[in-house]
Formats: sequence, structure tokens, C-alpha cells
Amino acid sequence: MTTDNPGSDGPGTDAPRLPPRQRFSFALGSRELKGLFWQVLVVGIAVAVIAFLWSNTVTNLSARRITTGFAFLGREAGMPIADSLLSYSPQNTYLWAFVVGVANTLRVAVIGIVLATILGTVVGISRLSANWLLSRIAAIYVEVLRDIPLLLQLLFWYVLMQALPAARLAWKPIEGVFLSNRGLILPAIPIGVGQFWVLATAVFGCVAFYAVRRYLIRQQMRDGRPRPAWPYGFGFIVLLPALVSWALGVSWSIAWPELRGFNFVGGMTLAPEYFALLIALVTYTSAFIAEIVRSGIQAVPRGQWDAANALGLRRSFMLRQIILPQALRVIVPPMTSQYLNLTKNSSLAVAIGYQDVVSIANTTLNQTGQAIEAIALIMAVFLTISLGISFFMNWYNARIALVER
Amino acid sequence: MTAMTDVPRAARRPQAGNPALRWLRANLFSSIPNGIITLVLGAVLVKALVSFVQWGIANAVWLVPGNDSSACRAVRGLGACWAVIPEKYRFILFGTYPFDEQWRPALAVLLFIALYYVSTRRFWWRRELIYLWIAALALISILMWGGVLGLSFVSQDRWGGLPVTLILATFGLAFGFPLGILVALGRRSKLPAIRSLSVLYVELIRGVPLVSLLFMASVMFPLFMPGGFNIDKLLRAQIAIILFAGAYLAEVIRGGLQAVPRGQYEAGDALGLSYWRKHRLIILPQAIRHVIPPLVNTFIAFFKDTSLVLIIGIFDLLTTAKTAIIDPAWQQFSVEVYIFVAMIYFAFCFAMSRYSRSLEAQTTGR
Repeated sequence: MTTDNPGSDGPGTDAPRLPPRQRFSFALGSRELKGLFWQVLVVGIAVAVIAFLWSNTVTNLSARRITTGFAFLGREAGMPIADSLLSYSPQNTYLWAFVVGVANTLRVAVIGIVLATILGTVVGISRLSANWLLSRIAAIYVEVLRDIPLLLQLLFWYVLMQALPAARLAWKPIEGVFLSNRGLILPAIPIGVGQFWVLATAVFGCVAFYAVRRYLIRQQMRDGRPRPAWPYGFGFIVLLPALVSWALGVSWSIAWPELRGFNFVGGMTLAPEYFALLIALVTYTSAFIAEIVRSGIQAVPRGQWDAANALGLRRSFMLRQIILPQALRVIVPPMTSQYLNLTKNSSLAVAIGYQDVVSIANTTLNQTGQAIEAIALIMAVFLTISLGISFFMNWYNARIALVER
Repeated sequence: MTAMTDVPRAARRPQAGNPALRWLRANLFSSIPNGIITLVLGAVLVKALVSFVQWGIANAVWLVPGNDSSACRAVRGLGACWAVIPEKYRFILFGTYPFDEQWRPALAVLLFIALYYVSTRRFWWRRELIYLWIAALALISILMWGGVLGLSFVSQDRWGGLPVTLILATFGLAFGFPLGILVALGRRSKLPAIRSLSVLYVELIRGVPLVSLLFMASVMFPLFMPGGFNIDKLLRAQIAIILFAGAYLAEVIRGGLQAVPRGQYEAGDALGLSYWRKHRLIILPQAIRHVIPPLVNTFIAFFKDTSLVLIIGIFDLLTTAKTAIIDPAWQQFSVEVYIFVAMIYFAFCFAMSRYSRSLEAQTTGR
């Protein structure tokens, strides 16, 4: 007699398999009880661990004469912040220092996300180019940047920034732009009250144009007659702000930076720390975005390209109206996590001394010993930003999702 | 592409002529814009290559006698100073580990690489691999610490460089992986308390940057512990990295669990297997196989992220590199040192990403 199952030694081994049936029926009857037992056990352990840590912390804090709570936020911070978007002096409170830190984080994250998206899309499309040289270069770019730690790249860029010539010998790639070890200096347009209102009108114009365009598209869906939207765009975004500018008598000027003594006067300065952080974040994240864009475009079935070709559409129209809308569905969800990564990675700023929220929280923690509060604030800030980005991207994703009947 | 599709078949017949020229025509000069792109990119590339060769090879200083960097400073700005690498490589690779004993961390690094290699072989994807990992990690611990078998004891304060990076990454993985499996199972559990605890853990860890977790490990850990009790800085960072890895791996594994068809769970129930036996024997092997490529990608991300311990002053590969150039004689040559370290990181990550791609090609059957 041969057994089919090499693992069993003969018919005798089948007999011991019976008892588990009884155990099974017993287990079925008490399944809920078992579940309750496990939950009580796990929650009990979690609560015990947290209570243990909490009591230790309270003892340790009182031994060090640190009072818990957020009262320290009202005290004078006394820490210098070199580079900030909002006005700040060391006499301000810790709370304001935190707000300045959040503004610094957002300043690098928002601009970084925009630039990384543009650069990543360009590189991703280049990788699919028919031009062999272009696609090779894009592939090498992606591979090199993805496989080196961001912190190393950041330190590398920062060293390069510091190795730039001094202000007096600054590089001048184009008129009015200076690159030196003081950072990147650009011409700026001074924004006063009048200019602010003109810009506000332009933003309002964009919103109005968007609403009108949606309405026009809906009308076109109804009767099939095309309605050009661009006159409204021109009116809302160009004419209306121009009118406001003329009515308020706002004068527009450009402040050109110039070298005076050892430093620059006028214009807008991007400090070397900020500039290095921005370059590192943008190039690193763009490598990941390039891969997402590439796989998104490749996910569009070949038949869609062929169909668009068969209709004789222009290449730009084909990309815009047929390929991209389908590719975006694949692209948007992983893009969301890249945006979150970029925002979280901006906390590496602490390594080169750009004062983002993590860096300021860290200084606060060292000065006051309010470790729990500082970490809680960091968590609150990042969770809020993460939720904000997720919320926006989910909204966008729902908007571009395939509408099926 | 537009041009290709409507060319009649006869015209696409292989043409006579030099095959190299044909290749150039098809891949670089297929249209006028393409030709312009090729020319512009080619010019930029040649210029960049020429200046890199001038800096990195032609004008570079490869070796200097003693600790004398004057030859390097003479060519500063014109040529690279690769001489800093032979001068400092022992410190960059092994930190302050006793100089005469540095064969031990070197051997540990080789063991790590062998362990990674073995783990990539399909032949080894079975139970024995776990025992192999335990044995290898134990052996590495003995090598690094010593104190037995006639090896002198070396405290972990003196560890540094590449072995520390590999230890943080590998131990982070070895402990983070089971943790990730437990949390992934917890997140899919029917028990509400366990599910919400798992969700809370994953979302809290993933919501904050690793830097703040490391700060927490280095600053707050002493506050959490009973007075007088403290553990080593390296171990604290290791714990933070394990917790971090656990949360990210849990999400990847959860994706794999979702991909296992319902019938497999029902089959497990029908056989009367307990929850743990069902998952161990039926569900997890399939779930993990599904997600091996994203797992490898998580490992790569994670390997790079260990470099963040620089911020709390732990001597991993990046920190030793940064410390090596504090030496005033060599201070100006950090670019060379960073390039050297970048090449080491690149070698590890590139090997992993190649491997991940070959796995993907196998699973999709292309």
C-alpha cells in the first residue's frame, strides 16, 4: 500500500486528528469570550505600560522642578531666529516662535511641493521620450537621487553653498540675480497695501474664472455648442486687477539688489540654509515623482494612444485631453504620500540650521525642559499638515475619478 | 510614434547602410525637435563630463605623504583631493572602534552582506531562514561586543561607521517585521479595541517625522524611565527605529493581507485551524509573497533613513564621515568625503532596487 501523502506515516496517523474537532466546537461556543479576553489583555498591557511611563515621567519632572502644561508658551523665548517669513525678535514669546517655525516649515514645504511636482513631471515624461539620450539621462537622474540618503544630499548641497564665493565676488548668472555664500539674491517687487489689494483682486479673478469655466462646460455638455472661456479669463485675471491698480493709483517698481560694502541691499534674499534645503528636497522628491508620473502614463492602455492617433488629434491635445486625465487617476494617490514625505522630510532642516518648527521645538525643549509639550506641538503641527494635504488630495482625487454610470 | 504607425510596411524594411548610423537616426535624430534636444543635451553633457574629469581625475590629488594636506590645498577649486579618503577611510568605515580590532567590524559587515544575499535567494524562502537570521545576528553581536572566545570587550560607545548603519537597519528590520505583522493583523482584527490601538499606533508614527521620534528617544526616554535607570543611546535610537519601521511595514503587510482571497480564510476556518495557525500556515505566506517588491522598497527607504541618527549624534556612516572632516587639515575637502560615502549608500540601495525590479518582472511574468 502506498500513501499519497509523504508526510503521514500510515493510516494510523489519521486517528489523532479527530480530537481537534471537539476543541473546535468548544472554541466556537466561546469565540466571543476569547475575543473579549484578548482585548482585555492587550488593552490592559497598553494601559499598564502607559501608566508606568506616565508615573515615571511625573516623578522625574517634579524632581527636576518642571511644571507640566503649556504655560511656558507665554514666556519670552530669547532664541534668535535668523531667517523668518514673519517678523520676530528674541523678546517674543515661545508661542510666536512656534508660529514662526510653522511658517518656515510651510514656506519650504509649499514651494518645495510645487517645484518638485514640476521637475518630477518633466523628468518622468523625459524618461518615456523617444530620444535615447534624454531618457537615459532622466533614468540616471532618478536612480542616483533615489539611492542616496536625503540627509547626505542635504549636507552636500549645504557644503556647496558655503563654498560659493563671498558677496563681493558673487556669481551673476543673469542681471539682478546673485549667487554667493550669502545665498541666492533675487530682484523683488515691494508689496504695500495698494499692491496687496491688486493681488487679492487677481486671486478673486482666478476663483471667478474657475466658476465661470465650470458653468460654461456644463452648458456645453447640454447642447454641444463650444463656448470659449478665455475672454472671461482675460477679463477676470488681467483686466480687473489692472483696473483696480489704475483706480488706486498703485505704482509698481522692482527693487534691484546691489552690493554695498560686504552685503547686498534691496531685493529678496534666500538664505543658504533655506536654499540648500529647498534644492535637496525638490531634487530628491522629484526623482520619486518622476517614477510615479512615468508609471501613471504607462498605465494608460496603448489602445488609447492608438485611438487618439486614429482620430488625427494633435499630440498636445491628445496628451492633455486623453492621456493625462487617465494617467492622473493612477498618479494622484501615490503623489499624496510623496507630498507628505516632503513635508515630513523638511524637518531635516535641523541638520543645517534652518529653523523650521522641529528645530525651534528642539531649542525650546533644551531651554525649558518641556519635552512632552514640545513633542506634542510637533506632532500636532505635522498631523494637521498631513490631514490638510490628505484632505485636499482626496478631494482632488474624487474630482478626477472615473465617473461611471 | 505618429510617424511610425502610418508608414507602410514596405518602407520599414531593414534599410541598407551602416547599422550604427541607423541606430543614431532612430534613437537620437528621429525628428527635428529630437535632433535639437540631442545636440543641446549632448553639448551640456560633454561640458559637464569634461569639467568633472578635469576636477575629479586630471587635477586630482590621489595620495599625500603623512597627514600633510598642503598638496591638496594647492589645487583647491581646480582638482579633487581624493587623498582624504586613504587618510580617513578607517575612521569613516569603523569610527572609533579600536584600531587593531577593526577586522571584527569588517567581518561583521561581510556577514551582513552574506546574510542579505542569502535572503534574496528564492531557495532560502522558508522556515530555516529565520534560524539563519538569528544565528547570523548572534554571531555579529559576538564579533562586535567580544568579551568571549578570547575577543576583547568593546563597548558600543566605541562602535561607529558602516557596521552601525547596518546594525540599525538590520536589527530595525528584524524586530520591526514581526511587529509590523502583529500590527497589520491587529488592524484587520474584528476586535474593536485591538483594531483601534493598531490604527492609533500606525497613524501616530506615520504622521510625524522620524527626526521627532529620534528626539523623543534621545531626550524623553530618560524621563519615561524610573530614576537612575537608563539605557544606551544606540539602543534608544534602535528602539525608535524599530517602532518607526513597524508602523510602515505594517501598512505594506496589510496591503498583502487584503490581497489574499476570502476563500483562503474560509478554507482555514473550515479546516478548524486556530486564528494563529490559520495565519501562520495559510494567510501570511501568501500575503508576504504578494508584497515582496514593496517590502524591498520599504527596506531601501528605511536603510537611507537610518542616516537621520546623525541628528542625535550617533556614529553611523554619515556621522563618521562628517566627523572625519572636522580635522582642520582636511576641513575643506568634505565634498570628496561625501561623494565617497554616497557611493557606499548607493551601492547598497542600488543592489536592493535592482533586486526589487527583477522580482517585479518575475511576478508580473514579463
